[in-house]
Amino acid sequence: MNVPDDLFYTESHEWVRREGDNARVGITDHAQAELTDVVYVELPKVGAQAEARGQIAVVESVKAASDIYAPVKGTVLEVNKALEGNPALINTDPFGEGWIFVLKMASPDDVKQLKGAAAYRAAIA
Amino acid sequence: MSDAAQKKTPLYEEHVRLGAKMIPFGDWIMPVQYSSIMEEHQAVRNNVGMFDISHMGQVVATGAAAAEWLNEMLTNNVEKLEVGTGQYTFLLNESGGIIDDLIVYRTAPEEFLLVVNASRAGEDFAWLERHRAENVSLSNRSAGFGGVAIQGPRVVELFHALLGDEIELPARNHIVDCKLNGMDISIARTGYTGEDGVEVFFFAKDAAKFWNTVLKTGEQFGIKPCGLGSRDTLRLEMCYPLNGSDLSPEHNPIEAGLGFFVDLKKPKFIGREVLVQAKENGTAHRLVPFRMKSKGPPPRPHYGVWLASEQIGEATSGTLSPSLNQGIGMAYLPTPQARAGTEIEIEIRGQKFPAVIEKKPLYKKP
Repeated sequence: MNVPDDLFYTESHEWVRREGDNARVGITDHAQAELTDVVYVELPKVGAQAEARGQIAVVESVKAASDIYAPVKGTVLEVNKALEGNPALINTDPFGEGWIFVLKMASPDDVKQLKGAAAYRAAIA
Repeated sequence: MSDAAQKKTPLYEEHVRLGAKMIPFGDWIMPVQYSSIMEEHQAVRNNVGMFDISHMGQVVATGAAAAEWLNEMLTNNVEKLEVGTGQYTFLLNESGGIIDDLIVYRTAPEEFLLVVNASRAGEDFAWLERHRAENVSLSNRSAGFGGVAIQGPRVVELFHALLGDEIELPARNHIVDCKLNGMDISIARTGYTGEDGVEVFFFAKDAAKFWNTVLKTGEQFGIKPCGLGSRDTLRLEMCYPLNGSDLSPEHNPIEAGLGFFVDLKKPKFIGREVLVQAKENGTAHRLVPFRMKSKGPPPRPHYGVWLASEQIGEATSGTLSPSLNQGIGMAYLPTPQARAGTEIEIEIRGQKFPAVIEKKPLYKKP
């Protein structure tokens, strides 16, 4: 299972790429493999306030709807509109084209409280 | 979570070896998918797929009075069954509510095989045993048998490859016994997918051998092992009901739109009076299929169904249809509103999405 070294991870299987004061967020390769066949993504609204570990988006597979949580506190800056037409990008490229939203972090240091790649690898082993 | 209480089918090891994702299903642990629900669904629609149905219950009723007795237990007319044929039927309680939907086969003049839902097998057997007539004997042979459903347009080619060209598959709703590589098997031409297909039963000891023989021979026909996930999307596209979701003791077969499998000309069967009333006076609700009108989240069981700012029911089933690439579902709705073409709304996480009531089936082969 792919777990890139340069990302941060949550226990609920989101990944975070720090981009200055912003955090780009998606779900991990492990999460997409568990869900399989993503058929719909309910994106957050740009400008929405996100609380750390607060429900912010929904990813639906054929079988079930799964909540996606904001890894850190912040404001939604951007959402991946490409997922509206092609939700399967989450399956085919979870760490790239399948990103879900970008947060402007309330305190960028919050990412340090998330798991690193090694800890996440251990968590899904 | 302990899985000590979960029952494994005789094909459990094969599922694990194939990398299936295993989930609890009632008392059982079953494969929900091997590769992808979408791919497995398409394999059945376009080629052929194989499902483990060993969890389904098998009850055998024998005796000189077996046909007469079963006719008082079940809604369809058992007397119409010749040896080697089967029919879809219901087991009802006294209020006409559905205990189970099942297929009953006449396997000999005085012997019947009932193939029942896994989740109801214990309850069905207890009910039948409690109502058993004196000169009928009942046995629950579920534990000793395995079964698979092999479904899809290439099923005939596959069976010719397995059994030789001289062997014909039984006709629809017929069942035959034969041998494959020394294994005793029963082949019934039936299914739950809307495709041509069979359900095959065999001794539990032969399960892995049968499964692997079919997968190997099926390779050339694009066979895929298929899990409960695609079994659900396939059946829902056809509007075949799932007991526990679309059928329950709170609903009768007339409300469920399945009166075709009820023979009210029979003088006596459990639940008959309620069904006669339902047929004559109509029912307050009716189970209808619906389709989402726009791209959006798929409907799920228990989502609210709305009409003109009033909630009129809730979905009993719902999913994304892989064949239609649209959300589909079923719901019991008040009969006056339960008409094909009626525009409704489905409430999904507080937001309402447009849908339309359709006729059965939701998917027709192109």
